[in-house]
Amino acid sequence: MTISRETVINLALALLLLAIPYAAIQLGNPFYVTLATRMAILGLAAVGLNIALGLGGLVSFGHAAFFGVGGYVAGILASHAMSMQPFNFGLFTLSGSNQMPVIWLVALVAGGLLAAAIGAISLRTSGVYFIMITLAFAQMTYYFAISWPAYGGEDGLSILIRNQFPGVNTMVPLNYFLICYAVLIAAILVSMLIRDSRFGAALQASRQNEVRVASVGIAPFRIRLAAFVISGMMTALAGALYADLNRFVSPSMLSWHMSGEFIVLIILGGVGRLYGPVAGAMLFVMFEFLLGGMTERWQFFLGLVLLGVVLFARGGLIGLLAGRARHG
Amino acid sequence: MQTALFIEQILNGLQLGVMLFLMAAGLTLIFGVMGLINLAHGSLYMVGAFACAAVAAATGSFWLGLAASLAAAAAAGAIMEILVIRRLYERDHLDQVLATFALILIFSEGTRWLFGSFPLYLDIPKLLQGTVPIPGGSRYQLYRLAIIGVGVAVAVGLFLLISKTRLGMRIRAGESDREMIGALGVDIRTLYTVVFALGAALAGLAGAMVGALQSVQVGMGEPVLILAFVVIVIGGIGSIKGALVGALLVGLVDTMGRFLLPQLFGMLMPPSQAGLVGGALASMLIYIVMAFVLAMRPQGLFPAAKG
Amino acid sequence: MVESSGPDAVLSIRDLCKSFGALKATDHVSLDLRDGEIHALIGPNGAGKSTLIHQIAGTLRPDAGEIDFLGQPVGHLGVAERARLGLGRSFQVSSLAPEFSALRNVMLAVQSRQGSSFRFFRPVMRDASLVDPAMAALERVGLKDRARIPAAELSHGERRQLEIAIALALGSRAFLLDEPMAGMGPEGSRQLTGFLDRLRGEAPILLIEHDMDAVFALADRVSVLVYGRVIASGSVDEIRNDAEVRRAYLGDPA
Repeated sequence: MTISRETVINLALALLLLAIPYAAIQLGNPFYVTLATRMAILGLAAVGLNIALGLGGLVSFGHAAFFGVGGYVAGILASHAMSMQPFNFGLFTLSGSNQMPVIWLVALVAGGLLAAAIGAISLRTSGVYFIMITLAFAQMTYYFAISWPAYGGEDGLSILIRNQFPGVNTMVPLNYFLICYAVLIAAILVSMLIRDSRFGAALQASRQNEVRVASVGIAPFRIRLAAFVISGMMTALAGALYADLNRFVSPSMLSWHMSGEFIVLIILGGVGRLYGPVAGAMLFVMFEFLLGGMTERWQFFLGLVLLGVVLFARGGLIGLLAGRARHG
Repeated sequence: MQTALFIEQILNGLQLGVMLFLMAAGLTLIFGVMGLINLAHGSLYMVGAFACAAVAAATGSFWLGLAASLAAAAAAGAIMEILVIRRLYERDHLDQVLATFALILIFSEGTRWLFGSFPLYLDIPKLLQGTVPIPGGSRYQLYRLAIIGVGVAVAVGLFLLISKTRLGMRIRAGESDREMIGALGVDIRTLYTVVFALGAALAGLAGAMVGALQSVQVGMGEPVLILAFVVIVIGGIGSIKGALVGALLVGLVDTMGRFLLPQLFGMLMPPSQAGLVGGALASMLIYIVMAFVLAMRPQGLFPAAKG
Repeated sequence: MVESSGPDAVLSIRDLCKSFGALKATDHVSLDLRDGEIHALIGPNGAGKSTLIHQIAGTLRPDAGEIDFLGQPVGHLGVAERARLGLGRSFQVSSLAPEFSALRNVMLAVQSRQGSSFRFFRPVMRDASLVDPAMAALERVGLKDRARIPAAELSHGERRQLEIAIALALGSRAFLLDEPMAGMGPEGSRQLTGFLDRLRGEAPILLIEHDMDAVFALADRVSVLVYGRVIASGSVDEIRNDAEVRRAYLGDPA
């Protein structure tokens, strides 16, 4: 089996991201550890989106909804654990939790349920409709978070102490990076398995030619809905990690701007590439940090760069390095 | 008193609907003719508001400001079309979304660069200050009534433009068959620029008029843009009539929901809780309506002829 | 002229109607497809042949009429469900997953035939139960050497062959082939004619074709569609000698 150039680049990217925090500590600049953690988490969110967008061709402009829901799961469970106040569901009560595995599981379920609801409606349409509807539903969650005051409303919700992971001190930045990095790598492996599986074949074929897929007896709607749900779950998991990174969650995690950024990450890295989202997240965070250090107006230049990439360099970074995408 | 409040809310709903129509009409026209989704339409709304506020502040005349908003938004739209948008017509929707998302970043930061981060304020023109009596013994802001009037006038004007004029004929031809219109010898590049600038001017007009009711600030366009998307999804993409019906529906449902839902829940639970639940539900109401319309008619209420 | 659908009819349609505005694209069409036969559907351009195929396959909904397949009504089923029952179809304009190789296009049909597409972990390219049958189907249509080429890079004729390989891999119980010879050179047409001749033993074929040599060489029965109506139906000889057909279709002044 030959190793393709893309595989080498992917491996290099994974190692590079892993090396950043160690180098940062060596150089006596621990702040970069947080930057690397941000890269890993945003990369994870985009890996999730890439399943819908890259493999399935479903341009969701509403993935902030899942990201934010994951964030709020972390924030809300932690605040209940903190105040020792259980959730009251009338018939039974449930206590909050500050254990990451529990929080992640709840975030995955909540993200999946929301994605199933949004997907079931918006996947009845396609193209521009789909873009506008996903955008609109994400905006709905945004307004809901603002107008529901129980968990901070517009002001957001703080997580006073970062949630815990069995056997690891999560307050040490490097430890938390390693947790996020491990989750990211696991998500990439899952998305690779999905890409190469029967499900992935049906999903990618639905993107290329919906009629063909139906006429061999596979209903595209169900395939797409499942992909949308998986995609939403991963992005929700990223949201939970992000809330714990910042120890804060607010409606801004649900904003349309966030959804736009996730798409940008994928485009910067390369659509449909396994490591495209990671490459994009690394570029984006670096760009934000470097330009943001030079000028307050960094988003202006980000806009220009993005415009340039869309108009002139459609393969993104991995496209630039590894050449055109290949399908076996 | 309750009747007066009710009428006032209905008028507020109409005013919101009319403003959404100005946004949605441009968006749907651009989609219908060029097949393009433009996220930066909200930026043109913002450009109109800033141009109006800046010129009004400099000259002391709201009317000059209003003229400036139309000119600035149309010009910004034309430049946008020539430099960027026309490279996107043949691209897929993903590229259109990204490029116009990039334009939002450029416009927002550019405006912040020019005008600073503080909001501008725009006064209601003298001629339209004050209130008029409405049934039920209350009074209503004249300026808001004027906005409704402008919206109705624009709607009538657009229908006449599209059904009666040469430009309208070309627009209709362009919607049904892009190649035919080229074969007819119409300069399609100019047509597209004109349509885009027209849509931009409508957005700019909406921004300028609303600017006197709210503060003029960066980021004001996108929430309105997303509401306009809801309008288009409900009305059926590419249809001006759908945009009108959808806009009024969304304007009324949103306004009346915020007004009535807390009262409705007030009958079932204590007032503080009712305000909370009602308010939260009201903020989601139009999206629920949208979901409902989609479940019934995935192509919207007035699907454009070409599907 | 109305046919009774015999007991061995695999596919039978009755009184199918479809209008687009004032245009009657399908006007009370009844016909059937029997085990082991090639039933050719001919007619001038715009006669409604493809519209008919679309309705049988499920991509268009008829306004009225019934479609029975393997003895059960399928008119209410979607495209995917009809395909799973065994309606294999090739398109007038090739419809393939363009980025996928020929092999992967066929593998998609194999995986559908095997049941669930909701399998997330096993890589398809290392799954012999997918690759082997797909390769076998490609070999039967003579595309084995082109298995790894993306569909978008195949020649026009090769795409037609690929469509048939997909229908084969589906284990179709009936084939709906919409102009499979179009765009093929004489050699390709000759080979495909031979292939279809053998294929009918496996499952009957409803064949739309403009190539009259192929039709007359292959068809057990021919139905002639003009302005959405079946004006004649019978054996090749009957159709050749039918006055109305000669007038309406073959342009014979008789």
